[in-house]
Amino acid sequence: MSHIVQIRAEGRQALASKGFGTSAVASFDDSAPLKLDCDRDLAPFEIAYQTYGTLNAAKSNAILICHALTGDQHVANTHPITGKPGWWSTLVGPGRPVDTDRFFVICSNILGGCLGSTGPASIDPATGKPYGLHFPVITIGDMVDAQVRLIDRLGIDQLFSVIGGSMGGMQVLEWAASHKERVYSAVPIATAAWHSAQNIAFHEVGRQAVMADPDWRGGRYTEAGVSPRNGLSVARMAAHITYLSEDALQDKFGRTLEAREAKTFSFDADFQVESYLRHQGSTFVDRFDANSYLYITRAMDYFDLKSEHGGILANAFKGTKTRFCVVSFTSDWLYPTRESRAIVQALNAVAANVSFVEIESSKGHDAFLLNEPELFATVTGFINSAADRRGIAPVAASSVAPRPETT
Amino acid sequence: MMLQQLPPIDAAPRVDHLLIAEMVRAGARVLDVGCGDGALLHLLAERRQVDGRGIEVARDRVNACVAGGLSVIQGDADRDLSEYPDAAFDYAILSLTIQATRQPKVVLQNLLRIARHAIVSFPNFGHWKVRQQLLLRGRMPVTPNLPDPWYESPNGHLCTIKDFVALCELIDARIERKVAFNASGQQLGTWLPITAHNFLGERAVFSLTPKTRTSAR
Repeated sequence: MSHIVQIRAEGRQALASKGFGTSAVASFDDSAPLKLDCDRDLAPFEIAYQTYGTLNAAKSNAILICHALTGDQHVANTHPITGKPGWWSTLVGPGRPVDTDRFFVICSNILGGCLGSTGPASIDPATGKPYGLHFPVITIGDMVDAQVRLIDRLGIDQLFSVIGGSMGGMQVLEWAASHKERVYSAVPIATAAWHSAQNIAFHEVGRQAVMADPDWRGGRYTEAGVSPRNGLSVARMAAHITYLSEDALQDKFGRTLEAREAKTFSFDADFQVESYLRHQGSTFVDRFDANSYLYITRAMDYFDLKSEHGGILANAFKGTKTRFCVVSFTSDWLYPTRESRAIVQALNAVAANVSFVEIESSKGHDAFLLNEPELFATVTGFINSAADRRGIAPVAASSVAPRPETT
Repeated sequence: MMLQQLPPIDAAPRVDHLLIAEMVRAGARVLDVGCGDGALLHLLAERRQVDGRGIEVARDRVNACVAGGLSVIQGDADRDLSEYPDAAFDYAILSLTIQATRQPKVVLQNLLRIARHAIVSFPNFGHWKVRQQLLLRGRMPVTPNLPDPWYESPNGHLCTIKDFVALCELIDARIERKVAFNASGQQLGTWLPITAHNFLGERAVFSLTPKTRTSAR
């Protein structure tokens, strides 16, 4: 594993110089460009990633966690920018459902992202300036291809599991469809095999909000020393509504006024829900690049595993030996249960080994990131039984740490 | 399609489950339709090392099965069996479920399409206690085997052993084995005529195979 250590050391240095904290970076030079779906080659490129736990001698215990639209590689460690716990630290960590005492967990910033992996904010070697809109339009398939390069670099033939929610779930499906032999088990959560018209529509609203901000400057805002904060903030506000549910909003805010006794008869944030959304928007722009937001939402819109396989989703999974665990949430209207069921139907049509759990929750799409004991129980049961079949050693009883509180 | 309450998985295995475990070849691919809390799948995994899958309609039971390490999907026999390809499994099992399906004939045909063998167990409505209650009281029978009153029973399509044999003939299924259990869980002698099984058997377990394999639909 000395090469990994080396990559890590190089990566830390590279990232530290960019102010991205402690992520490792795998660099890929001009010798093997990434062939993108848009028919362009991308080289050089870098993938920033975090790892947790130890890769076993057989290299059979590696789990790849795929992050969602605005996520990043900091799945289980304190975020270097926000200082908050990792975005899935309830699911991943010592003694957690994805137990880093048993598994070697990898989480990389997606291609097109803005936390250390190559994206539109990176320097275009052809011009010496940030790519901006000269960055190629990427797809979920391209993101996965970049992850494949990283997994190759880490010397891992087969991932024990690929796990992700939302756009992360799309990557899980892409891995399972395009790299069948390299995925022992797959957990697509709150996701879909193709992006619906409604979801494309919401993304378009977000993109138009960004591009309508005069500070966007045709994507060249960095050179101008500005940032389309207002546009990106509005995009985040609109998107955030889609991550919740009507019941969740009603329960959390109702019509409660924000720190005032009466309506102000103005366009100030009178209601708590307004103030909450404004806060969501303004904190988001501190940690996210506007052009990345355009590119990643586009990649999601283009995702359609069904049309890529002759209009029959089952063809995507023909001959699969991967064990699947598909999870949806009752109140998720962005990726409703019927879309998970379509995945399950396709898997059944090829007699794949599949579990499917719909979890009762009022929290909408965001439920996959929250404290949902049934999700934890499902993932724990599925992962551990698959790991036993794969022959991955259980955590030694003597080394079991007291389980951290999940609340 | 709610099933009757099943015992917890650490309880002693049900006699019909033990018989099914005896019928299933070791290492086979098995689909348990209406798998409930997964007791049969656990038993088959333990005793026969099968590659088992389950379908269950009740969400909480599905989640408990998956958390327990079983491969189970939330679904229902009437709707979801048509998704599977032909001969995907060695055995498709319908344990005390067929009487609760909307279209038992279609479900049975699907079982025989997707698996080489279908194993079906059902409560026998021809049992003497059932006949006695209907004959003497003129009321729908409520027995330990059929505990729900008619207005709360999930069982929309109850049948007798003779009825089931007739359905097998109708859909060209060959009966490989048929076993009836009396109220104390003992197997009735196979030498007894079917009329006796139909009168004394409280539950029946049939193993079926298609007379001629149907092509893909």
